Amino acid sequence: MRADSILFPTEAGLFCPEGGFHIDPLRPVARALITHGHSDHARFGHGAVMATAETLEIMRLRMGDGFAGATQVAEGETRIGGVTVGFHPAGHVLGSSQIAVEAGGCRIVVSGDYARQPNPTCAPFQPVPCDVFVTEATFGLPVFRFPDPAVQVEKLLSSMAEFPERPHLIGAYALGKAQHVIALLREAGYDAPVAIHGALKLLCDFYAARGVDLGTLVPATAEDVAAQLVIAPPSAFASPWVQRFRDPVIGFASGWMAVRARARQRGVELPLVISDHVDWPALTATLAELAPAEVWVTHGAEDGVIRWCELAQIPARPLRLVGYEDEAE
Amino acid sequence: MKGFAALLERLAFTPARNAKLQLLQHYLERTPDPDRGWALAALTGDLELRRVTPLLLRGLAAERVDDQLLALSYDFVGDLAETIALIWPEGAEDDPSLSQAVALLQGTGKAALPGAVAGMLDRLGPSERLAFLKLATGNLRVGVSARMARMALAGMGAPSVPEIEEIWHGLAPPYAALFGWLSGGARPDSAALAPFRPVMLSTPTDLDELRALDPGAYFAEWKWDGIRVQAVSEGGMRRLYSRSGEDISHAFPDVIEAMDFDGSADGELIVRRGDEVAPFGELQKRLNRKAVGKGLLASHPAGLRLYDLLLWQGRDLRAEPLEMRRAVLEAVDLGPRIDISPLLDFATWEDLAALRADPPAAVIEGVMIKRRDSAYVAGRPRGPWFKWKRDPMVVDAVLIYAQRGHGKRSGFHSDFTFGLWDGDALVPVGKAYFGFTDAELRELDRFVRQNTVERYGPVRALAPKLVVEVAFEGLNRSTRHRSGVAMRFPRISRIRWDKPAAEADRLETLEAML
Repeated sequence: MRADSILFPTEAGLFCPEGGFHIDPLRPVARALITHGHSDHARFGHGAVMATAETLEIMRLRMGDGFAGATQVAEGETRIGGVTVGFHPAGHVLGSSQIAVEAGGCRIVVSGDYARQPNPTCAPFQPVPCDVFVTEATFGLPVFRFPDPAVQVEKLLSSMAEFPERPHLIGAYALGKAQHVIALLREAGYDAPVAIHGALKLLCDFYAARGVDLGTLVPATAEDVAAQLVIAPPSAFASPWVQRFRDPVIGFASGWMAVRARARQRGVELPLVISDHVDWPALTATLAELAPAEVWVTHGAEDGVIRWCELAQIPARPLRLVGYEDEAE
Repeated sequence: MKGFAALLERLAFTPARNAKLQLLQHYLERTPDPDRGWALAALTGDLELRRVTPLLLRGLAAERVDDQLLALSYDFVGDLAETIALIWPEGAEDDPSLSQAVALLQGTGKAALPGAVAGMLDRLGPSERLAFLKLATGNLRVGVSARMARMALAGMGAPSVPEIEEIWHGLAPPYAALFGWLSGGARPDSAALAPFRPVMLSTPTDLDELRALDPGAYFAEWKWDGIRVQAVSEGGMRRLYSRSGEDISHAFPDVIEAMDFDGSADGELIVRRGDEVAPFGELQKRLNRKAVGKGLLASHPAGLRLYDLLLWQGRDLRAEPLEMRRAVLEAVDLGPRIDISPLLDFATWEDLAALRADPPAAVIEGVMIKRRDSAYVAGRPRGPWFKWKRDPMVVDAVLIYAQRGHGKRSGFHSDFTFGLWDGDALVPVGKAYFGFTDAELRELDRFVRQNTVERYGPVRALAPKLVVEVAFEGLNRSTRHRSGVAMRFPRISRIRWDKPAAEADRLETLEAML
């Protein structure tokens, strides 16, 4: 069977007619397979949703009990209509999966968002041999070569030592990045309480319940916050919530912080290059390792990845899916 | 190189001056010689290195990276040195020292430079590659002035900023003798000819304060709208220094040529045409230039208007009373480019107030009042010298954009763009960051949040509702501003919650003040 008749882009997202499902659809559909819980991939209002137990729980925490008509936990290989689907860890956030779709001897792996650097908060990416590999390209340019996250945590800790009287407010997305940053700090031996913005509480509790060691967390909602280190979603920095902190150092944990102009646009004083996505070396190494017959590129810097594939003589094409946020990092 | 790269990155993202100062001082304290000396020279712009051109960098990158990927990357990053630092293939990092990098850039011939730069990039990590390339292209841009560097040095040991300024121009990188002095060693001898000597500064005053003083004990002179300089000519060497000790001689060859005397004089650097002193904006065209062309020398001739002498013909006059120094100054003729700031004739403070209110030229900024018996002392002692500036100009303008501040003002919209009416439209005429109290800042922030009509990243466009009185010290014509005028030291002097926006001033009102 031809790969592009098994799975192809539609306005609602990647669609598999044989199985009657969409993967990470952008609008409500009858049946959705969801790679991970970020809001641009996991949306409200589908008829039926299949995802990992963690992703389903994250969707319930974020959108409430009625987020979908029916849910099914993805376990092992499942037959849906004329295709077989399998979920495999993607190393992006807790519960994140690649979705393998197989029919007529042709296997397509939709990686969703993925990362190869070790991440203490989720299962590592599992390479799955395939005919077509569908890759993201969020950081699909050779300028993105992420440093060791331990060095970035060291940068944060040395700033806290340099300016002990100044609170350090670190922006990190509520799902995944916030817990990743806290877990990295704990790995580095930082054991003081960390204050978290209210918007992070549910997800931090969920990660902790799933066995991720986040240490002591205290609320950052009081007038007097009892911690030098505060983690908050980036949107909080535009709100009056920040005004309770005296002379804070504002940081942001994101792969975008590798580029100075991006850090400046955000008005960041302490850019921390910590990402949950593949950087250029990891992305290209993954393509080389899997050596698929064809690469499809979803959102991000498609041109860079397609050029690399051209030089490596791997057929590649952009899917031009719109609606996934470049910034969801 | 790692420590230097980390410092540059931190400085580049740190807006607050005090935090910058702290980072710099700690770096200098923790880094051994000679690396810290080279770093200091690089930051203050006192490091002479062979410059690496963008063309050379592009050539190097093209040998290692696919053209298309390089072009896509440069397009995204927007800075060539940064693109190359990020994209350069990883080598075997062995962290060469800053001294090694400096030696390479000082000692490599033109033909060998591309290979040497590539070899160095192979030995560095990404953040060190960027630091090295910024050094090599002479483009650090981290907002550290020579003055700030000397403040950091003063924080490290007993010598004060004026003491450091006094010997600064006799020093050369990597400043081993200077660091030795700061850690308790001997003071380096200033071997430099025509050195800078710390200047004496004045404090602001007003009529209430002056009334308690005896007018007969003071001289008064006009406060000229130029820049304060120290003109030194000793043993055949001539130098012109700004008041913080920057050597600005290269930009003023006409003044240097006219400094046909032996001594050190304190005065105002001005652009002058005959007897007329040109506005500050014209002097600005002569400042911050590496070299100055014939055309500009002819169209914007610079000169000095002196008011004091520190040394004269080998004699140090600083301990003598001003009256005596002034007598020596008035007895000499220094040619048409250099004259003496005249004394004002007044018997009472009210007389002086009348002169101040109606100066003979628009470029006069107020009056200077100096005790006749004052010695010339470094720093800003309170009492012997006062500046009594003219009242600021004011306009009523409408707030049109606001941006969030940093550091102590995090989370508050504290940077404002204001505009004046031109027909039915508001034309931006300036930006102000201060002048309001903390309580007013909170009120302004609330106003901004409730009246945002559009957002562009950290900037918000506001509904044109709130009028503020903006005070400023002067006005220049400017081709860089849409309004055609640029204010000096604008600040918000009053918030006019009561005044309807339609009644704010018009652009014509501002233009009439020019």
